[in-house]
Amino acid sequence: MTALATSNHEPRTTSSALRLFQSEHLVLFLAAAYFLALLPFTPGLAARANLVNLLATLLPLFVLAVGQTFVLITAGIDLSVMSTVALTSVVGALVMNGDTGWLAGHPLAAPVGVVVMLALGAGVGLVNGVAVSRLKMPPFIVTLTTMMFLSGLAIWLTKSKTIYNLPAAFNALGGSIGSAAAIATGLAVLAHLTLARTLLGRWLYAVGHNPWAAGISGVPVAGVVTAAYAASGLFAAGASVLYTGQTETGSPVLGQRLLLDVIAATVIGGASLFGGRGKVLWALFGVLFIKLIDNSLNLLNLSLFAITMVKGGVILLAALLDSARTRLATVAA
Amino acid sequence: MTTPQLQFERITKAFAGVPVLREVSFDVPAGATVGLVGENGAGKSTLMNILGGNLAPDAGRMWIDDEPFAPRSPIDAARRGIAFVHQELNLFLNLTIAENLFITGFPRTAGLPWIARAELHRRTATLLAEVGLTISPRTPVERLSTGERQLVEITRALSIDARLLILDEPTTSLGARETRRLFELLARLRARGLTMIYISHTLEDVLRLSDRIVVLRDGEVVGQGARGEFDVSRLVSLMVGRSLTQLYPTRTRAGVPAARRREPSEVSAGQNAIAPTRPSAHRTEVGAEPSALPSSAPLLEVRGLSQPGVVHDISFSLTAGEVLGVFGLMGAGRSELARLLFGLEPHGAGEIRLEGRALPRITPQSAIRQGLAFLTENRRDEGLCLHASIADNIALVSLREHCRGATGWLDLDSIGRAVRRMREAVRLTPTASNSAPVKLLSGGNQQKVVLAKWLLVQPRVLILDEPTRGIDVGAKFEIYQLILGLADGGAGVLVISSEIEELLGLCDRILVMSRGEIRDELRREVFDRERILRAALHASKAA
Repeated sequence: MTALATSNHEPRTTSSALRLFQSEHLVLFLAAAYFLALLPFTPGLAARANLVNLLATLLPLFVLAVGQTFVLITAGIDLSVMSTVALTSVVGALVMNGDTGWLAGHPLAAPVGVVVMLALGAGVGLVNGVAVSRLKMPPFIVTLTTMMFLSGLAIWLTKSKTIYNLPAAFNALGGSIGSAAAIATGLAVLAHLTLARTLLGRWLYAVGHNPWAAGISGVPVAGVVTAAYAASGLFAAGASVLYTGQTETGSPVLGQRLLLDVIAATVIGGASLFGGRGKVLWALFGVLFIKLIDNSLNLLNLSLFAITMVKGGVILLAALLDSARTRLATVAA
Repeated sequence: MTTPQLQFERITKAFAGVPVLREVSFDVPAGATVGLVGENGAGKSTLMNILGGNLAPDAGRMWIDDEPFAPRSPIDAARRGIAFVHQELNLFLNLTIAENLFITGFPRTAGLPWIARAELHRRTATLLAEVGLTISPRTPVERLSTGERQLVEITRALSIDARLLILDEPTTSLGARETRRLFELLARLRARGLTMIYISHTLEDVLRLSDRIVVLRDGEVVGQGARGEFDVSRLVSLMVGRSLTQLYPTRTRAGVPAARRREPSEVSAGQNAIAPTRPSAHRTEVGAEPSALPSSAPLLEVRGLSQPGVVHDISFSLTAGEVLGVFGLMGAGRSELARLLFGLEPHGAGEIRLEGRALPRITPQSAIRQGLAFLTENRRDEGLCLHASIADNIALVSLREHCRGATGWLDLDSIGRAVRRMREAVRLTPTASNSAPVKLLSGGNQQKVVLAKWLLVQPRVLILDEPTRGIDVGAKFEIYQLILGLADGGAGVLVISSEIEELLGLCDRILVMSRGEIRDELRREVFDRERILRAALHASKAA
């Protein structure tokens, strides 16, 4: 049995092109097609160093997108993830750094730092979740204000400075590509199993589809929604571990411009802003697509502004494609 | 009488092959008030939807002032001077009275796109004075009482120069004083020569307000004439005396329902035409499981349940193996009662006991844990996750039972088995795969999915609110079988319905509600359509 809401029932007139178009792997195919199409014009796109670099920037974004998937499934949105990344990065660095850190030089500095970061991220998510589910506040406003508050807090905590001299053991977690890949994969598998194979997963989809019907069916709706935001916060902290390790600094402005990438990637992958749809694998495809665009345009030596514009256009196209796909699926059914 | 202003000529309409209106013909004379009565499902709403341009008739014609009238949209109908005042009011609560009245065309300042406020409020005040409302035109509608809102709605109809005003159950949510005020207004409008169609279940009101009365039953006009030809008793007889050929399953001791065709009744209108299809003293002749007899200790007991404005002093009990019906007309509080029982709405005074134990504050979760199940009347919004798959919908309530340990790890195999078992039990259409979204199923199959989801937790008390609404006859029969099968298995079933026929065929006992209170209780031996309808029509304000 597959998870909820896969659209893998075939339309009656199955041409293979149509089937490809309707496949849930479409975004993956698009990414591959894009890669192949740009290969001849883009020097160094397929070079090993570039691919490693691509992977390194892809991994933390993927972790963020997975967290976002939880929230999108419940028909919510979490805009606070990047400020959660920044705050946990700063707080983790304050705990661990070798100069003024609370645990400076202590052998357990790195593990304690990681635990503090994860707990803090989950805590932020929990607050968001409670505000949305119990206080019935709109997710957009809740997480927008959390984003503003936490960004400010992160800057205030560090007096707007970055913190250096983090334990080598910690930096290796995100800095070494192997370790980063292992962490991201581990988190992704955990998320996938939760969504596809556990009670909480089923409840998340049910709440996203129809919270009212789910409540009447005995689903603890408020708790499930809270759990989704807590998961998003936790995964943001996970991404922060990777980012902080990669840059070897605790920074209050870490990943500031990445929020739109996270949401765009998740939605392009196939999660629905209206709830009930979303998968870990889809998030991976979306992130791959976005990162491939970023990376290739960079290689083409386009300016940041041009990259942003092209990216916006491509995301719009992908959204257009998705709505055409949904319409087609409705007609075929 | 004067010339007819509106004529219905052999209007016929069917939905999915089921006839709803059969050659309905009658005239509405200019300046007269015509009362339109009939049971739920008699075809009143369909007829009014055709008049209002929401539906097109399959056959037949309408005439206004001897010109053919075939509205293609509600706007079309409004342009010809037809105005509706609905039960659910169509006002913008956030806007003021004046804004509501002129929403389709505000007075402007000399061709500019600015609204002429002073002019707007002056014209609104004039209109409000006509209906006897002395409130500022600037009052937001949300601050008005239901009665005042109704008057605003009528004012709106007048403001567009309505020539035919249709009032659909205008008094259901009004108090006695507001009702009197409405009637005074209607009398004034009639004196001014406005033609009206008045639809209501409160027969006394219809008799009081109408010049002519038309009675619909099963989509046919079964009586029409001047008001003097009718009294309440004759109206009830005409509304009730239908001959039905619907199938109802009968219960047998083995719990395997067998079909029995209800013979078309030859008894004329006004007499109790109903022969019980379900043996009233079922199973006594065998006595295999005396403990499951409805006479045993109550399973569910409700004492003095009240919630201000919703239900008042409701007491009843439900025994294991019993099918208890709750009948009531629109607004009687029948669905609200069910929602209170399942903890969807809070209740004030009173207590609910399950097998002798008082249930404290109920939530759907605790209710399910105690063995309650609730099929709501709104299957699309409350019963199903429409875009989710059949399997996921069926499994939703019972997922907890398929969990291993505290991690919530699901045993997908056992879920799959349970879903397959249930699909067979409710005889869901085999053409739809488990992963197909429920959205694609027919109404009957969707309802089977909702039933399957509740049957899977083996409830001890099953509450069904309008279980067969919008479902074809075949699926209805299967759902009746499932309900009876469940009762035979020892569960208590509470069936809420606005179709008397359905309850008569299905239940051991029927409670009749009106205005939030239980007005009557009938055992199967004394089932009597007329008595039920009378109790349901019981209008406290008629006294």
